[in-house]
Amino acid sequence: MKRRKGTSESLMTKAGGELDDRFKLAGPARVLMNKVFPDHWSFLLGEIALFSFILLLLTGTFLALFFEPSMTHVVYEGSYVPLQGVGMSAAYESTLNLSFEVRGGLVMRQMHHWSSLLFMAAILVHMLRIFFTGAFRAPRELNWVIGIVMFWIGFFNGFTGYSLPDDGLSGTGLRIAEGMTESVPFIGPWASAALFGGAFPGDSVISLFYILHVFVLPLALLALITVHVGLVFVQKHTQWPGPGRTEHNVVGFRMFPNYIMKQVGFMLLIWGVIAAMGGLFQINPVWLFGPYEASVVSSGSQPDFYVMFLDGLIRLFPAWEFRVPPYFTLPAVFWPGVVGMGLSVLLPLAYPLLERRFVKDRAHHNLLQRPRDVPGRTGLGVMVVVFWLIAVITGGNDVFAETFHISLNAMTWAGRIGIVVLPIIAYYLTYRICLGLQQHDREVLAHGLETGILMRDPEGRFYEVHQPLAEPDEHGHTELEYSGAVVPKKMNRIGALEPTDRGFFKSIEEPDPNGSGNGSRAVGGERRDEIEAGKKH
Amino acid sequence: MAASAKRRRGWRKRLGALARFTGALVIVGGLYSVFSPSLYAQEPDDTANAVDSEVVKGQELYDTSCISCHGDNGEGIDGRGPSLIGVGSASVEFQVNTGRMPLAAQGAQAPAGQPSFTEEEAEWLGAYVEYLGGGSSVPDDLAAMVEDADSAAGGDLYRVNCSSCHGYAGGGGALSSGAHAPSLDGVTDEELYQAMLTGPQNMPVFADNQLTPEEKADLIAYVQYIVNDDKDPGGVFSLGRFGPSTEGLAIFLVGITSLLLATLWIAGKS
Repeated sequence: MKRRKGTSESLMTKAGGELDDRFKLAGPARVLMNKVFPDHWSFLLGEIALFSFILLLLTGTFLALFFEPSMTHVVYEGSYVPLQGVGMSAAYESTLNLSFEVRGGLVMRQMHHWSSLLFMAAILVHMLRIFFTGAFRAPRELNWVIGIVMFWIGFFNGFTGYSLPDDGLSGTGLRIAEGMTESVPFIGPWASAALFGGAFPGDSVISLFYILHVFVLPLALLALITVHVGLVFVQKHTQWPGPGRTEHNVVGFRMFPNYIMKQVGFMLLIWGVIAAMGGLFQINPVWLFGPYEASVVSSGSQPDFYVMFLDGLIRLFPAWEFRVPPYFTLPAVFWPGVVGMGLSVLLPLAYPLLERRFVKDRAHHNLLQRPRDVPGRTGLGVMVVVFWLIAVITGGNDVFAETFHISLNAMTWAGRIGIVVLPIIAYYLTYRICLGLQQHDREVLAHGLETGILMRDPEGRFYEVHQPLAEPDEHGHTELEYSGAVVPKKMNRIGALEPTDRGFFKSIEEPDPNGSGNGSRAVGGERRDEIEAGKKH
Repeated sequence: MAASAKRRRGWRKRLGALARFTGALVIVGGLYSVFSPSLYAQEPDDTANAVDSEVVKGQELYDTSCISCHGDNGEGIDGRGPSLIGVGSASVEFQVNTGRMPLAAQGAQAPAGQPSFTEEEAEWLGAYVEYLGGGSSVPDDLAAMVEDADSAAGGDLYRVNCSSCHGYAGGGGALSSGAHAPSLDGVTDEELYQAMLTGPQNMPVFADNQLTPEEKADLIAYVQYIVNDDKDPGGVFSLGRFGPSTEGLAIFLVGITSLLLATLWIAGKS
C-alpha cells in the first residue's frame, strides 16, 4: 500500500507506514487499539497472576543458569559454616551456592518463590471473583475450565519447584507425594517406582522434576494463558449491569491509550511488590533445612499454601484402613490424598455444566450477577471457602497449636468437627445475608433513601424523611424495577455510575464554591466509549 | 495431818521423778550426740565444709519451696511431684534456672519463665539433690568443649535427633495434648547440655552413651549458630522461620492485600 501524501510526516507516522508496508499491521492494530474494556477493580485480579507468571519466567531463567538438577553426591565446601564438610546432592549444593555465592542469587530465588505464591494466590482470588459473579456462565464455560486446569498445572509446577532444591523440607514433601502415589490401589507401587526410578528417594526424581518444572509445565501454562486471554478478547469481557450497559454492548475504556497504560503501570506495580517482598521477607531458607535424608522429618513441616489443604485433609481424616489380608490394603491416606485431590479437580471443572443443568439456564450472559442475587451459588461458594480454610489451617495445625498455646489434639478434633459443621452453617448464614441485602435493595427502590433527617409530626410521632428515587405515588411508594445493578444507599450516590468520584483516599474534586449543583461528579464528566456488539470496529 | 503429810510425800516423789527423768535425758542425749554421725559436728575441713554449707542452704530452700510436691528428702509424692533421688544437679539447675520450677500449677508441661531463684541458689538446690542421691552433672570445661566443637557434625546430629520436635530452625514445635518442644532461642550452653543430659518435661534423655559429651558440644555449637549467628540473610523479616505456613499468610496479608488496594486505585483512574 502506498503511503498517501499530505499526511503528517512525523517519525512515528513514517515508521508505522514502513511497518505496515511490510507486515500489514494497520488493520489488526486498529482493531486491537480500539478494543473496549469495562473498568472495575475486580477485573484486574487475573492480571496479577499473568504478570507474576511473566516475572516467574524471567527470574526462573536466571536461576536455571546456576542450578544443577542432579542427585550426584558431593561434599559441601561453600561459605555457610554449619554445612561445611556435609555430604549432599549437587542440586542442594548448587541451591546453597546460588543463595550465598552468586551475586544477587538469593534475592532472585526469593523473588521467584514469592511470585510463585502470588501467582497461585491471585489465581484463587480471580477464580472467586469469576465464581461469585457468574462470569463462568455461557458462553464462557470453556474459559473457566481452562482456568481450573491452569490452577492445577500451577499447583504441580509449584510442587516440582519446591522439590528441586533437595533440602530437608522438600524431601519431606516428596515423601508424602510418594505415600499418596503408593496408596492408589493396584497400580500405586508401580507408579511410585516409575516416578522415583525404583525405591524412594532414588537418584532420578530431581532431573525428572527439573524438566517438568522448567519446560513442560511452563510451556503448557504459556499456551493455556494465550488461549485464556485470547478467549477474553474474542468473547469480550463481561461487565456489571448498569445504566447503558446491556447484554449486547461493552462500556468502558479503549485499549489504547487508556487501558494499555493502566496495564503497564499495574504490571510494574506488581513486580515492585514482588521485588520488595523478595528483599524484605525471607522465604524458604534452605540452608536451615539441611540436605534431605529419609530419616529426618522436622516438626512444622508444611508445603506451600496452595498444597496445604491436602495436607490438612490428610491430617483430619481418621486412620481408616481397609484390608483384605493377606492380599490387599487400602491405606487411609488414599481417601483424603487421592480421592480428595481428584474431587477438587473434577468438581470445579464440572461446576458450570452442573449449574446449567440444575438451573436450566441455557442463555448467553455478558452481564455479571451480584453475589446477593444468586444466594444459592454464593452460599455454595462460601461453603467451599470455609471448607478450604479449615483444611489449610489444619495443614499448619502444629504451628498454630504451638504459637497460640492450644493442644494439638484439640486442634485436630476441632478441625474434624468444624469441617463438617461449619460449611453448613456458613451456607445458611450466607443465604440469609444475601436475602437480607436483596430485601434492602427492594426497600430502597420502593421507599427511597434514608436521609438521616428525623421529623416529628404534630401528634408527636417521629419519622425519618426518605428521598424517593422516582416520582412517588399517593402512598409514597415508587414502582422501580430492580435491574441487578448497584442501588444507591446514600444521598451522594444518586445518579452516580462508578467511579463516582475521582481520587483514591480523598476526593480530588473540590465542591463548587457557589454550592450550586454537582454536575462535575456525575458520569457525564467522564469520556466513555460504547461499541455495539457485532459492529465492525 | 495425815492428809498434809501424804500430800508432801507425793510432791517430793514427783520432784524426784522429774530429776531422774531430766538426768536420764541428759545422759541419753549426751550419748547420742557423742556417738551418732552428725551433719553439724564434723571435724573442720575447708572443702567439705563449703560443700556441706551449700547442701544445708539448699535444704533450707528445698524445705520452703519444693517440699510440698517433691516430699520429704526428695522422695516424691504420688500425683504431685516425682522423686528427685538420682536426678542430679544438672536437672535441678536446668529446671530452676529456666523458671520451670517451682511449678505454679500442674499442667501439660512446666512452662519456662522468670526464674524464682538466683543461679547461686539453684546451685545450692542442686547440691542438696545431689547429696540426696547423686546423678549427672555438667562437665566443668563445657565452654572450652563448645569452642572446639564442629558445628557441621552438630548439624547432622541436630537434624536427626532434635528437629523432629524443635524444628529445623530451633523455633520449637507442638507435641500431643498441649505439650510442646520449646524454642531454643536464648538458651545458654549449660541449659542445652543439661536438657540433653536429663530430658526435662517431655524431652527424651540423651545420655552419654547415646550422644557423647563431645557430640553434645557439637550440637550446642550448631544450635547457637542457627539461633544467634545465622542473621536471616534472606531479609528483614524472618516470618518467625515457620516456613510455608507463615509465608502463605504473608502472601495474602502483604502481597494480595497491597495489590487489591492497587486495583482499587487503578480502576478509579481514567
